[in-house]
Amino acid sequence: MSFWRLPLDSEEHSIPHGKINIIKSRCKGCGFCIEFCPNGCLRESKAFNEKGYHPPEVIDDTGCVDCGLCTLICPEFAIFTELQEAKKITEEDIQKVTTRFSRKDTRYRKP
Amino acid sequence: MAEKDVLTGEHFIHGDAACAEGGLAAGCRFFAGYPITPATEVAERMARRLPEVGGIYIQMEDEIASMAAILGASWGGVKSMTSTSGPGFSLMMENIGLGMMTETPCVVVNIQRGGPSTGLPTLVGQADVMQARWGSHGDYGCIAVSPASPQECFDLTILAFNLSEMYRQPVFVLADEVVGHMTEKVIIPPREQIHVAQRAKPAVERSKYLPFESTGPMPAPMAIAGDGYHVHVTGLTHDERGYPVITDAVQERNVRHIVEKVRMNAHNIIRVDEVALEDADVVVIAYGCTSRVARQAVEDMRRKGHRVGLLRLVTLWPFPSNIVRRLAGQVKAFVVPEINYGQMALEVERTAGGRAETVLMGLMGGSIHSPQEIQEVVGQYL
Amino acid sequence: MKRHFRDIVPFDQDSADRAIEEGHGLHPLDEYLKPGRIPHIWCPGCGLGVVLTTYIEAIRRKGIPVDKCVVVSGIGCTGRVAGYLDMDTYHTTHGRAIPFATGLALVRPDLHVTVFSGDGDLFAIGGNHLIHGARRNINLNVICVNNFNYGMTGGQAGPTTPVDARTSTTPMGNAEPGFNLPHLAHASGAVYVARWTTFHPRQLVHSITETFDKKGFTFIEVIAPCPTGYGRPNKLGSGLEEMRYYKEMSEVRNGADPSKAEIRLKGKILCGTFINVERPDFLETYNNLVIAKAQGRDKGKAA
Repeated sequence: MSFWRLPLDSEEHSIPHGKINIIKSRCKGCGFCIEFCPNGCLRESKAFNEKGYHPPEVIDDTGCVDCGLCTLICPEFAIFTELQEAKKITEEDIQKVTTRFSRKDTRYRKP
Repeated sequence: MAEKDVLTGEHFIHGDAACAEGGLAAGCRFFAGYPITPATEVAERMARRLPEVGGIYIQMEDEIASMAAILGASWGGVKSMTSTSGPGFSLMMENIGLGMMTETPCVVVNIQRGGPSTGLPTLVGQADVMQARWGSHGDYGCIAVSPASPQECFDLTILAFNLSEMYRQPVFVLADEVVGHMTEKVIIPPREQIHVAQRAKPAVERSKYLPFESTGPMPAPMAIAGDGYHVHVTGLTHDERGYPVITDAVQERNVRHIVEKVRMNAHNIIRVDEVALEDADVVVIAYGCTSRVARQAVEDMRRKGHRVGLLRLVTLWPFPSNIVRRLAGQVKAFVVPEINYGQMALEVERTAGGRAETVLMGLMGGSIHSPQEIQEVVGQYL
Repeated sequence: MKRHFRDIVPFDQDSADRAIEEGHGLHPLDEYLKPGRIPHIWCPGCGLGVVLTTYIEAIRRKGIPVDKCVVVSGIGCTGRVAGYLDMDTYHTTHGRAIPFATGLALVRPDLHVTVFSGDGDLFAIGGNHLIHGARRNINLNVICVNNFNYGMTGGQAGPTTPVDARTSTTPMGNAEPGFNLPHLAHASGAVYVARWTTFHPRQLVHSITETFDKKGFTFIEVIAPCPTGYGRPNKLGSGLEEMRYYKEMSEVRNGADPSKAEIRLKGKILCGTFINVERPDFLETYNNLVIAKAQGRDKGKAA
């Protein structure tokens, strides 16, 4: 699917890009951040930390939009995001977002 | 408003009211309580008087909550007190322990009635003496004063506040129903003649401040809520910072500190009234309402030429062991009239160490000794 | 009596400082935590850390200075929250956090007093204090972390354990129904009642920030996973699986009737801000009614 133009207010918005910081030694491996990251940026690493848990690792750093959910949902103060830059919205981004949500939301799915 | 807190002048009031006035004169501005005979009048007086001086009176849902609330108010930087009697005192024990462990100054007035359980709500008892000393679980130092008149209810409540601020712990005013409901002249002196201890504030910066360290046997100054010292206050065994540390070494220091700050300073805390002790062969040891009867008995016998003395305990805890030990070498017997089955008598016997006989004159509650009864018993040992 | 004791080990400031240097400050929220206290004692998968983080996030967002925040907690796993926050914190006796906080809040109306405690602490041993605190409308923010059991002592049944749930003291299933906490808080007179789960941290932060502006007794219940005490015997799985259960079974309905908010074993969890009303708090009434009269009567006499 493609769009014939960008949304009219796309200039006023931007996509934040965040950096994910993981304090591996604090992690107790509950998996909340991995499960609930809305952009699926994290996965369980194979490595152990000093406590014997598998801390998360970043799959794809470009996916983080600095939403901060991992910071909030981590019970151990072991992960946080930092805003790196806010980039302009491109047609590609719109398509990416639409594709993501169209899978779940039938209202936007083509017949 | 502030001028109303010290009602300088002569008053004809009962002991309960005098306790309340003593609290106000000592700077108490928060009272949380629960009605209980025969201590209700303390709360009633406070309910009327505290709003006049801008303080807060609150009637809590029970004595447990009352005790917890005065600890909270104390950490808010306000001097606080509560009043109760036996059954309520039992309920307060839990948070009295918290007050001891967290070194929180406050005053608990206990107008003792006959127990155990509901016992004699309207009649006298003196059977909470050991409960005051040992009632909450674990070891701690205890300071308790025992007024024998409405005037002393006023004076000793102020003393109790001063001691609680100095040693940072709950202090008990162990009055009894007779003294609490006794109406007498109470002279409230001018404000400048009343010594009121003010709470010491920490003088060091936050990174250097240890809220629970002991300087010699004295507690550290207390940083209250909002002072910016970010103190963690816990009933768990804690180190000098207040952080919980569950180890034997920290427990050793923590408990030794809260016991020794009273034990090592006992000589500064203890107050007794010595009547004709110099050449006494028999010494009556009494406190509270009983000491009034004992005084009458001793004075009558002295007039008749008998060598009898009276040691009146103004502070019950810490116990004046040194004085009793010294007297034990001099006297034939200690006669201990008290309205219980022998609580202070145990302490006297222990301290006398077998060098002088200890004679308990126990009453189970509801009435007081007569001077004649005491004279009869004393006469047997002369 | 001669006494023999072991030597007292004095406080080791150097090792305390070292512990702080090693780990403190790695996380931006560390400035709200007492130095040297992390890692906390809670199990992997426990939701308490989430609630702690959301509280910190709420004060950070509101910009309330930490010197103006006070946390009072009771006993139990949730009671330990107080020990981690870098502010004036009071870890009191079992069930007595609310009366302790009542004394503190009444003499210090300038402070934001928050009570953190568990369901057992606030509704079993402290149930009476909670209903009276709400009735009086003391200016307190109560955050009750509900994990459906007594976690600290090893997973015993509590006042919120649903019928048929297994715990270490109900091995054949619980015969008692659990309390519906928002309904009880509302009936007792709380001016703000909300429920969230640890799966709703953003909504929870929002709710906590709202309570900072409310005068009076506010109550937020947070459903939190307890994989060790409650999850395991009830076959709810790990903390993560309990979070998935919240995701699937929670239904957000702001303004819903709290009497419909009962939670059954593995049942639906109604979430949202249920009650948000205005009512004069204790101090306001006390100042306007009692103190004004006491001091007005005084003037009357003088005239």
